[in-house]
Amino acid sequence: MLTLLFDGIAYGMLLFVLAVGLAVTLGLMNFINLAHGAFAMAGGYVTVLLMNRAGVPFLATLPLAFLAAALLGGLLEPTLYRRMYGRPHLDQVLFSIGLVFMAITAADYLLGSSQQNIQVPPWLQGRLDLEWIGIGRYRLFVIVVCALLAIALQWMLARTRFGSRLRAAVDDRRVASGLGLDVNRIFLATFVVGSGLAGLGGALGAEVFGLDPTFPLKYMIYFLIVCAVGGTTTITGPLLAALLLGVADVFGKYYAPKLGAFVVYALMIAILLVRPQGLFARASARRG
Amino acid sequence: MTAPATPASSAAPATSAAAAPALARDARWRGWELATLAALPIAWLALPQQALLLNEIAILALFALSLDLVLGYAGIVSLGHAAFFGLGAYTAALVAKHLTPDPWLGMAAAVALSALLGFLTSFLILRGSDLTRLMVTLGVALVLYELANQMDWLTGGADGLQGVTIGALWTPFGRFEFDLAGRVAFGYAAFLLLACLLFMRRIVHSPFGFSLQALRDNALRAESIGVFVQARLVAAYTIGAAIAGVAGALLAQTSGFASLDVFDFHRSAEVLLVLVIGGTGYLYGGLYGAIAFKLLHDLVSAWTPQYWNFWLGAFLVVLVLVGRDRLVRPWTWRPGR
Repeated sequence: MLTLLFDGIAYGMLLFVLAVGLAVTLGLMNFINLAHGAFAMAGGYVTVLLMNRAGVPFLATLPLAFLAAALLGGLLEPTLYRRMYGRPHLDQVLFSIGLVFMAITAADYLLGSSQQNIQVPPWLQGRLDLEWIGIGRYRLFVIVVCALLAIALQWMLARTRFGSRLRAAVDDRRVASGLGLDVNRIFLATFVVGSGLAGLGGALGAEVFGLDPTFPLKYMIYFLIVCAVGGTTTITGPLLAALLLGVADVFGKYYAPKLGAFVVYALMIAILLVRPQGLFARASARRG
Repeated sequence: MTAPATPASSAAPATSAAAAPALARDARWRGWELATLAALPIAWLALPQQALLLNEIAILALFALSLDLVLGYAGIVSLGHAAFFGLGAYTAALVAKHLTPDPWLGMAAAVALSALLGFLTSFLILRGSDLTRLMVTLGVALVLYELANQMDWLTGGADGLQGVTIGALWTPFGRFEFDLAGRVAFGYAAFLLLACLLFMRRIVHSPFGFSLQALRDNALRAESIGVFVQARLVAAYTIGAAIAGVAGALLAQTSGFASLDVFDFHRSAEVLLVLVIGGTGYLYGGLYGAIAFKLLHDLVSAWTPQYWNFWLGAFLVVLVLVGRDRLVRPWTWRPGR
């Protein structure tokens, strides 16, 4: 029971790191980026390839996965994404679905369609068995890393100058740029960090989620749920939503494996029906 | 538009008198419309060898047509339109397997169930932003996918529903068995496509169709001139679902098979692309888009069969970057759209 809860929390933490970049994209630019999972997949593949082919230790690959995905985001944002901000949502959806299809096929072409496995170092394998709870070491590691990341993000958002600029831009983009903030540059920086975090999440999650070329499509809905349910104006909203989703998913799969992902989708529809703006979103004056 | 005396209650009769000439002018038949409709029976007569491909095109066109009402006219961005397509397909296949092999009855059942599902789920999309709608439509399709996957005693699960035999097609000219060459299948599909096109044309040129476009462009304004926005959305979504059900049932009946693939996300994305290639909001976009899409598919598949999805994605990206209106309709090019 507690073990399940623990696994669910680890799962949720991973989802949070994967999806937080998407939440910022949605909140800041009102841009529906269905291709977010592609960045996560890129990070995951970087880790897998470095470990299996170059023999780089697991811990060293994590920052590299972050950097690779961030670089990818930094390349794509000014060249492609920026043109899409003012467009109707339909255009954004089509555009990012196109990117997803390209990413999937490219990964399939370059690396094959089989599932990639990673071997985590020995000190992360196995589990600690306490009296009434079994703690997987890797899960514990994931939780610690993700929690540190969440705290760092919250600190950055709440305490630093960049954070206050970002919040200003999210609250009202026009007024923020009227006050002399370079919203485009803020967004580039956020997009890069968000993509990097997705890459890191993909690398950390390769052991939990599995990694194959259909990853962006398989987990797209999960990232979107985190954002839609958690709202896009805070860090804590997506965090709580991700934890809820992770726990619900793990419990659903354990107690009702026949229902599969059914529980999660039904839950999402129910929540969105009651609170279309998300469970934890605060009332916002800005619409559209 | 003339303002009616008492906006809420007598809006329909007062405006219909004043707006009748305008409506009639808009509903006038254009030459290219007639040519497009006439092309369907001509294709059936002239291209018997291509009937299988034409049948696929007709099914895709019907599916895109149904999305056009939802997206092009009512302005609802849906990522889960395959839900209705799939329900139609499974219903038609199940009816044929367990109840009656008659294709018309199976079709009727498929339409009825799809419309019912559309009606029920339409209440989910009334509230919220584009993102919420996107998520909910996608969620509905995923739930149905899971249901079809898990209820393997009924649907065959991941193996698909096999052993479906469709009986002879009753027509005023006699009964026809479905043949391997797809001649009868395409005739059946072309007839239904034609019927649905005429039906949709009637709808979008009616005051109801105009009110849909009004609320698509600005829901707040539409509401303030007396359009009951929510009821219109429910109606449009239900009709769109019913027609998607026709397309799905056609697929199941002409292929004698239904598999989980009909609920797949790929299908929802593909139909969106088809509609966008053809252009939204003028009724024939689905048909032209389906023709272009299938030809493109054949062309690219012949060249690189395995990686068709990559070029599909690249095409989508380019399409949106250039501007979907401008790419397919070069004569509308103008600075700053």
